[in-house]
Amino acid sequence: MKILIVDDEKDVEMLFRQKFRKEIKNGNLELVFAFSGAEAMRVLEESNPPKVVYVFSDINMPGMTGLELLDKIKEKYPQINVSMISAYGDSDNYNKAIKSGAKEFFTKPINFDSLREEIKALMN
Amino acid sequence: MYFTSILDLTYCMEKRYYTDQLRQLTKRVFCLLVMGFCFFSSVIYAQVEPVSGLENQSNEAMLPSMWWVSVIGLLLLVLLIFLLGWWLIVRERERTKQKEQQLLKDIDKAQEKLQVIQQQLIQQEKLASLGQLAAGIAHEIKNPLNFVNNFSELSLEYIEEINEYLDKQKDDEVKAEIKILLNDVSANLTKILQHGSRADGIVRSMLMHSRGGKSIKEAVDLNELIREYVNLAFHGMRANKNPINVTIEYDLEDGMDKLLLYPEDFSRVILNLCKNAFDAMREKLDTIAKIDASEGNRPPAYGPKLLVRSREIKDKVQIQIEDNGPGISEAIKDKLLMPFFTTKKGTEGTGLGLSITNDIVKNHDGTLEVESEIGEFTRFNILLPKNT
Ligand SMILES: [Mg+2]
Repeated sequence: MKILIVDDEKDVEMLFRQKFRKEIKNGNLELVFAFSGAEAMRVLEESNPPKVVYVFSDINMPGMTGLELLDKIKEKYPQINVSMISAYGDSDNYNKAIKSGAKEFFTKPINFDSLREEIKALMN
Repeated sequence: MYFTSILDLTYCMEKRYYTDQLRQLTKRVFCLLVMGFCFFSSVIYAQVEPVSGLENQSNEAMLPSMWWVSVIGLLLLVLLIFLLGWWLIVRERERTKQKEQQLLKDIDKAQEKLQVIQQQLIQQEKLASLGQLAAGIAHEIKNPLNFVNNFSELSLEYIEEINEYLDKQKDDEVKAEIKILLNDVSANLTKILQHGSRADGIVRSMLMHSRGGKSIKEAVDLNELIREYVNLAFHGMRANKNPINVTIEYDLEDGMDKLLLYPEDFSRVILNLCKNAFDAMREKLDTIAKIDASEGNRPPAYGPKLLVRSREIKDKVQIQIEDNGPGISEAIKDKLLMPFFTTKKGTEGTGLGLSITNDIVKNHDGTLEVESEIGEFTRFNILLPKNT
């Protein structure tokens, strides 16, 4: 299963690759990273239809915000699940994201136990 | 002369003076007219009426002197009326001057009040923007905290794994040394994670009190919330300038059901009422200290005490926050919940605390009432319906 993680902070890749190293090792999970909304769209456009089934995106990013990216993905690829991961867990952001079709809303610092559960639920 | 009075009349009309003043002036003009008429008729009468006991000749001889008398009388009358009119004008002018001065004083006072309010608004604006800034910073701190907490957690997992591998190796001195070192690293990482989580907790509770927090009703253990925020208010007061010693007494009803509240809003109610109580009791302490300083006699024994009570009353829940401060007068009591009303000097208070508190309680379909006795106590009484 291919998952795309979008965040403007590059350290996120190091963190995710280590946190999911077992799942990656046994081939159940493939992680791809994008460090901006525009890059995320390019990754999705690489193949048609995209191999990515789930996108986890940060909200506060320079350029395209995570909420704008969410709208774009939902418009172009409604079948892809999108969840938000943000430090800004206020009701404003939360409501906007859910209204635009986000599946879940995770807050930073990320609780990887709940994130793993979310991914596992999709695997089965 | 009448003319000046009439001028005065028109002056009054132009200036739109009050009708009673107009009436007074009209009366004066009328009086002057009557007086003038009387004088004239008496002079004419004296001229026409022959004086008894005098002969025709002497009567004729007296005529010119009579004529002079009437002329002088008339002149005197003119002078008198002129002086009267002049005096009236001067007096009226004096009165308007006084009125204008009073008006100017009132304007000055209003302006001063306005300036204080303006100062308060600026202060609030500053606080609000500071709050927004702080909220922004708090959010951004969560990004690095995300790495701190998760990388330390990850490293702890690695050490556990390394330990598992080590356990498969045969025992020797080096392995023992490595294990000891790994234990230290593991303990350090635990501390990093622990304090990172602590920082996250602080940021989270800070964000709860700034704008943009989630506003969803939650089932809350009311007594727990009361204890937590009375405590927070107390420690906040202790950490700020002019801390005072306060005995806090809880009288909380056991076994209450959870209540549906907006927790971050309602915690502000508790915070505000406690802060208000602490301020009031500080004021009483200051007054007592002043008595002590000025008269040199022993001040009355006073220990600030805050009583926090919760009760279940049929389908309602009652919360009372009572201080033994200076109390509130009847006159002030009515204004207490109005926005911008404050008894604190200058820009010390925003005058918004209690009005916000009242708004929040109303927003929970509850009521906020004040009971007080001067010199004895002030008790804020909150009644909340159980199912809101
Ligand atoms: Mg970001």
